[in-house]
Amino acid sequence: MIVVEQLTKTYQTTKGSVLALDRIDLQVRKGEIFGVIGFSGAGKSTLIRCLNRLEEPDSGRIRIGGDDITGLSGRRLRQARQKIGMIFQHFNLLDGKTVYHNVAFPLAVAGHPRDRIGRRVREILDLVGLADKEGAYPAQLSGGQKQRVGIARALANDPDVLLSDEATSALDPQTTYSILELLRDINRKLKLTIVLITHELEVLQHICDSMAVIENGRIVETGPVEKLFLNPESDTARKFVGVLEQYRAKRDLIEGMGAGI
Amino acid sequence: MRDDLFDLLWEALRETLYMIAWSSFFSLLLGLTLGILLVVTDKGHILQALPVQKTISLLINGVRSIPFIILIVILLPLSRLIVGTSLGPTAAIVALSIGTAPFLGRIIENSLKEVSGGKIEAAIAMGASPLAIIFRVLIPEALPALVRGVTIAIIGITECTAVAGAIGAGGLGSLAIRFGYQRFREDIMIATVLVIVLLVQAIQLTGDFIAKSIHNRRFKIE
Ligand SMILES: Nc1ncnc2c1ncn2[C@@H]1O[C@H](COP(=O)(O)OP(=O)(O)OP(=O)(O)O)[C@@H](O)[C@H]1O
Ligand SMILES: [Mg+2]
Repeated sequence: MIVVEQLTKTYQTTKGSVLALDRIDLQVRKGEIFGVIGFSGAGKSTLIRCLNRLEEPDSGRIRIGGDDITGLSGRRLRQARQKIGMIFQHFNLLDGKTVYHNVAFPLAVAGHPRDRIGRRVREILDLVGLADKEGAYPAQLSGGQKQRVGIARALANDPDVLLSDEATSALDPQTTYSILELLRDINRKLKLTIVLITHELEVLQHICDSMAVIENGRIVETGPVEKLFLNPESDTARKFVGVLEQYRAKRDLIEGMGAGI
Repeated sequence: MRDDLFDLLWEALRETLYMIAWSSFFSLLLGLTLGILLVVTDKGHILQALPVQKTISLLINGVRSIPFIILIVILLPLSRLIVGTSLGPTAAIVALSIGTAPFLGRIIENSLKEVSGGKIEAAIAMGASPLAIIFRVLIPEALPALVRGVTIAIIGITECTAVAGAIGAGGLGSLAIRFGYQRFREDIMIATVLVIVLLVQAIQLTGDFIAKSIHNRRFKIE
C-alpha cells in the first residue's frame, strides 16, 4: 500500500544542516495500522509529513496505492492529497466554520455537489459519534470532540490512507483511549490503512499491527508490534520497553503492598 | 445660525458619504489584493515568491510615505484620465482609493497573518488549491480581525475625504473650509465638525458590532 524507499530529508538552518531523515525504507500493508515510534526529535513528524508532501524530501521515493507521490506536482498532487487523510496533534480545525462545514470542507474542495456533501457529512458524523454537534463551532467542543471532528474531516472524502501526527498527545488518558478505539473501529469498518506516529508505547501497544522504531532519522527496527515487547533490538526500543517495565514493576509493588495491609 | 445651514450640511454630507462609500469599496478591492499577495507570496507560504513580496512591500511603503495632500495633487492627472475631471467628489474617489489602499493592504496583511499555520497546513493536506485556501480558509478565519481593520481604514478614508475636500473635492471638509473658515461662518464650522465626529463614531460602532457578533458566534460558549 505504502512503499518508502531511501527517503532522505535535511533541514537547512542558520546553524547548518540537520539530517532529519536518513535513507528511510518502509512498507505499510493495506488495511493495517502502522505505528512509528521514537523519541523527540527522532524525525517522526518529518517522516509522516513527507508522505503527503507537506515536507519536501531531498531524495528517495514514496508510493501510496498507485501514486508515485514524489513524482507529482500541482493539480495531480492535490488530487492525490484528497485521498490521504491527515489528523493533527492540535486538531487544526477551522474556528470560523461549524462542525458541519469543517467536515464538508474537503468535500467542497474535491468538488462534490452540495446534496452529496450533506449526505456524506451526516454519515461520517454519525460514524464518529457527533451527529448532535453539526451546528456547533470548534470552540464549543472538548478536546476529544475536536479530534473526532478532525477524524471525520480526514475521512470525509473516503481516503485510502489516514496519517496521524500525534493525534492523541494533547488529550487526557481516557479521551486518548476513546480516540484510539475509534481509530481501531474505523480501520476495521472501512478497511482503512492508518499510519500513526507517537512517542507513547501505550498507543502502539493498543492499536498498532506493525511498527517501526525511528532514531536520529533512521529506522532501527521494524516488524510486528509484539516483537518490540518480546525482543527489542534497538536502543530506543529497549528504553521505551524498559521504562514501561519499570512502571509495571512499581505498580505491582504498590498494589502488592496494598493487598498486604 | 442661518436657515441655509441645514441644506448646505445635507448636500455636503451626501457628497462625503458618496466619497466614503466608493473610496472604501475600491480601496478595499485594492487593499485586499495587496494584503493577500503580501501574505501568500511570503516565505514559506502557499505561493512563495519573494521578489513579488518585496516589490509590493516597497511600493506600499513608498505610497504611504507621501503625505496625502501631495498624493492628491500627484494623482490629479490620473483622475482626469479615469473619470474625465480632476475636480469634485468623483475625481477625489480615484485619489482616495489609491491613496488609502496601501494602508488597508498592511492592515489586511496583519489580519491574515494571524491565521495559524496549522489551519493552512490542514487545508493543504486536504488537497485545497491556493485559491480555495485564500477564500475558504484565510479570509473567513481572519474575518473578525479583518472587519476591525477595515473599520479603522474607513475612518482613515473619512479623514482623508475632509482633506480632499479642502482642495476642491466637495463634501464636509470643503464646506468647513469654504464657509466656516473663509466666510467666518462659525455655525457651519461647528456643525460640520459635529457631523464628522458623529460619522466617525457611527462607523466605529458599526464595525465593532459586526466584528463582535462574528466573534461571539464562533467563540462564545453558551
Ligand atoms: N522546519 C524545521 N527546520 C529545521 N529543523 C527542523 C524543522 N523541523 C524539524 N527539524 C529538525 O529535524 C529533526 C526531526 O524533527 P521532527 O519534528 O521530525 O521530530 P519528531 O520525532 O516529530 O519529534 P517530536 O516528538 O518532538 O515531535 C529535529 O532535529 C528537528 O530539530
Ligand atoms: Mg513531531
